[in-house]
Amino acid sequence: MINILSSILILAGVFFYLAGSIGLLRLPDLYSRLHALTKADNLGLGLLIAGVALQSQDLLIMLKLLLVWLSVLAASATSAHLIARQARRQETGS
Amino acid sequence: MNSAGLIVFDALLLLSIVGLAWASLATTDVRRSIILFMALGLVLAVAWGRLLAPDVALAEAAIGAGLSGALLLAAAHGQPSPLPPESTNAPRNHGAAGMGMVLRWAITLLCAALAGTLVWALLHAFSNPQHDMLPRAISANLAASGVSNPVTAVLLNFRAYDTLLELAVLLTAVLGTFALGQATPGYRPAGLVFDGLVRWLVPVLILTAGYLLWAGAHAPGGAFQAGATLAAAGVVLRLAGRTRIGLPVGFMLRMIMAAGVGVFLLVGLTLLLLGRPFLGYPPAWAGSLILMIETAAMFSIAATLLLAFLGGQPESTDVNAVANRQREEDPRC
Amino acid sequence: MLTTQILYALAGCVLLALGVRGALLHASVLLRIVAINIMGAGVFLLLIAVAYRGPGLAADPVPHALVLTGIVVAVSATALALALARRLQVERDDG
Repeated sequence: MINILSSILILAGVFFYLAGSIGLLRLPDLYSRLHALTKADNLGLGLLIAGVALQSQDLLIMLKLLLVWLSVLAASATSAHLIARQARRQETGS
Repeated sequence: MNSAGLIVFDALLLLSIVGLAWASLATTDVRRSIILFMALGLVLAVAWGRLLAPDVALAEAAIGAGLSGALLLAAAHGQPSPLPPESTNAPRNHGAAGMGMVLRWAITLLCAALAGTLVWALLHAFSNPQHDMLPRAISANLAASGVSNPVTAVLLNFRAYDTLLELAVLLTAVLGTFALGQATPGYRPAGLVFDGLVRWLVPVLILTAGYLLWAGAHAPGGAFQAGATLAAAGVVLRLAGRTRIGLPVGFMLRMIMAAGVGVFLLVGLTLLLLGRPFLGYPPAWAGSLILMIETAAMFSIAATLLLAFLGGQPESTDVNAVANRQREEDPRC
Repeated sequence: MLTTQILYALAGCVLLALGVRGALLHASVLLRIVAINIMGAGVFLLLIAVAYRGPGLAADPVPHALVLTGIVVAVSATALALALARRLQVERDDG
């Protein structure tokens, strides 16, 4: 039961990663690419981590995995912001 | 585990490794090459995990993908944009374009021959039965080493000489960068969002470093991974435009740089005086001695890597050091 | 002899050769430093592949320790190389 649930979560996570990567390749400009990449990948990683956490069945490992997810969320949100701001600055010409 | 699935995974992983290396070397755009190299580091970390080398995976993710990339990108910061293709295809130092072409092909063929020879030697080595003398000796003596992680046992006990000399190599490298000039100027202060990240990320990194140092005795981790994580905290602070990045100045900085080699040597010499072999720890004390050496080594490694990122001797804010430097520059007084 | 070992070791050889070629052919100092790092990655891949003993078996820890120190030495050598490159640039600009 747990195996099936965790497989579904991991597959869903992989799906979002795939969507994010396709978005990165197909979308027209930097902002929409960033949007696809950070949003889809953050959700994908969350699902992936939920799936892996179910497999571990150890509270300490689950907490560590949660910390990994939160760190990646914060780091990717910040780097997306920094990249977008830099691009905006270059566009408006400074 | 399903072995057919594993082979598909291996094939994909190896294709991305070779593809990323190729792409990183094929471009003449320095930034593009560095970013592809960082991606290669991350994929390699996955490969280390696949080959059951979690200690190496941790170090690769922190150093190979993180710190090396940060170092190279900082160096590329002042570089001009990529040159137009016609001027980069023929290297400046080989006269005529035809000659350059011949040379390129000759070098490519030589490299292919090098790879071929290596593969031949490897297949030859693999065709002999593998002798597991060393791994067996390690697992037989692991209980007496003071730690239960075999990689830490090799690094800090069985082959402690090598690690001592490696710390000396690190110290020499950082002294070399000091000899070449001052640190690069810092960055402008970060905005609200980045600063907010720094405020909680740096403490988490420091905590992680402490955890890795402690865990190294029984699980993947140890002084190298911990030192790299600690250095990463300093790099983040510097990128966020802070002037104080956790490095002391003057005498204390020199002490921290030398601490790894110093404590290692002190332990070794003390053991010699007590009639034991150099760095031959008594089994009852091995665990504590290793933790002591690793703690000192972690601080040295962190300081070394952070100084490497600064790219030279940090501008001292210490009054005495400034006065000393002025005196050195002006020999009359 | 394991297929996995051979596959990863072969990739290591390819990376080493690609790195040597890049280090010899690139005109830019920074690109050469990247190429030398890729050479190093090839050597690491070779060593870790040789250490692998198969699924479920503990790998040989000696090459792991070697690669671990190798990674740290590689980054400090890179830093020294970059400092040298920067100094070269300064000398060229002055001269």
